[in-house]
Amino acid sequence: MDLASIYRAEYGRCVATLARLLGDINLAEEAVQDAFTTALQKWRTPPPNPGAWIVTTARNRAVDRLRRESTREARHAQALLLHHQDEPQEVGPVKDDQLRLIFTCCHPALAPDARTALTLRLLGGLEVPEIARAYLIQEATVAQRIVRAKRKIRDAAIPYRVPAEHELPDRLPPVLTVLYLMFNEGYAATAGPLIRTDLCAEAIRLARELAALMPDEPEVLGLLALLLLTEARRPARLDANGDLVPLAAQDRSLWNPALIAEGHDLVRRCLRRNRPGPYQIQAAINAVHTDGAGTDWPQVLALYDQLLALAPTPVVALNRAVAVAEVHGPAVALAALEGIDLPGYHRLPATRAELLARVGQDDEARAAYDQAIALASNETERAHLRTRRTALTRERRPS
Amino acid sequence: MQQYLLSVHVVEGAPDPSDEEMEIVFRETGRINDEMQATGAWVFGGGLRPPDSATVVRIENGATTMSDGPFAETKEHIAGFWVIKCADLDEALAWAGKCAAACGPVEVRPFDDLSQA
Repeated sequence: MDLASIYRAEYGRCVATLARLLGDINLAEEAVQDAFTTALQKWRTPPPNPGAWIVTTARNRAVDRLRRESTREARHAQALLLHHQDEPQEVGPVKDDQLRLIFTCCHPALAPDARTALTLRLLGGLEVPEIARAYLIQEATVAQRIVRAKRKIRDAAIPYRVPAEHELPDRLPPVLTVLYLMFNEGYAATAGPLIRTDLCAEAIRLARELAALMPDEPEVLGLLALLLLTEARRPARLDANGDLVPLAAQDRSLWNPALIAEGHDLVRRCLRRNRPGPYQIQAAINAVHTDGAGTDWPQVLALYDQLLALAPTPVVALNRAVAVAEVHGPAVALAALEGIDLPGYHRLPATRAELLARVGQDDEARAAYDQAIALASNETERAHLRTRRTALTRERRPS
Repeated sequence: MQQYLLSVHVVEGAPDPSDEEMEIVFRETGRINDEMQATGAWVFGGGLRPPDSATVVRIENGATTMSDGPFAETKEHIAGFWVIKCADLDEALAWAGKCAAACGPVEVRPFDDLSQA
């Protein structure tokens, strides 16, 4: 493993553990960044447990840093650190720390947008430009949200702990949103390689921990099922040339049967509880996609209707239109796209282009592909869109 | 321990509460004060006279000037407040929930570290 992969894998865990030891997120981030800088200088080959090395180094760095400073808080934090050093040496980042940090980052006293940005930054280790693209907003806005949120956590003393049982109904939904976005960022990474498996694995790992912590929350199980059933199809998502393969054309023998079985089992557990929610319905849609030899589109459309009633968002409306095309044809689906407002999101013009091509309106389809290509930030997706556009051009040269 | 200001606001021109409503507010507020004092969260608190009883003092060109009325040119004014001390924001928010049930929306603001020294 190179340092970049180790950084990606360990950053969030190390920050979470240091935040507990130091009682301050900014100090924790600085210390972990210091430790990685040291690693860059010192490592010829990475140690067997790089996370433990980073945590120990970061802690020592933080002690050095605090010794040079003289404020009351610094002395207090230093005392905490020294106290912890008397305890048995830890073997590495502590599992619970990440859950603690997730619930702190998703505290209801923080603005909703800030919660997700902060969690992606601290626990997913995402950089600001990646978060900006996942959100379809400006980088400066993301940076400002993160700075403000960290300041509020410190100034208002937002606690660093897993909430009590009775607090969970309020605290859980923002956490699920964050994990969902983390997975999405990994699955359809906005820049660089299309599928960044470590982010997906991280989102699934955290979702599994949440499911173990809260086995009676059906939306937690629903989210985990959704992530697993999406992840299961990953091996078939790109062909040998690295090009995107649409769902209908995917080689189903490449899908991961263990993940599909686990996902289907979770969906059945959710159905038995009969407390449907947006994640459970999306999981059910993916269960239909992965059941048998082909997709039962009328059932998928019925589930999207149910989802749209619970969560009437433009992205759900867009996904529903894709199912409409399969059940009622592309002309009806084009009508369903009318009025969907998703500025800056390439999938809207891309879907319109596909539908226009299917009804034979090649010129309009070409223009929609151009729009989509201009908006898509991922090279694999741009290449896919260009291929589809070229397939039109072959039949009729542009004048 | 961290200190927080819990402030209650009134909107200018809003209808005055009835005597019965005021009585409930006073009773509930008294109950909250007792509870804060019993648990050690209490630092200070009280209700304020209306904003038209306020005077603003300024230094302009080295001279002290005064003006009648509140500082902020807004329709919302602080009607009363508590200063409490507790371990973290969650505790402060739990107190604020009780205060809001008695007095309407409550703003929770942490004191900075220097003023708590």
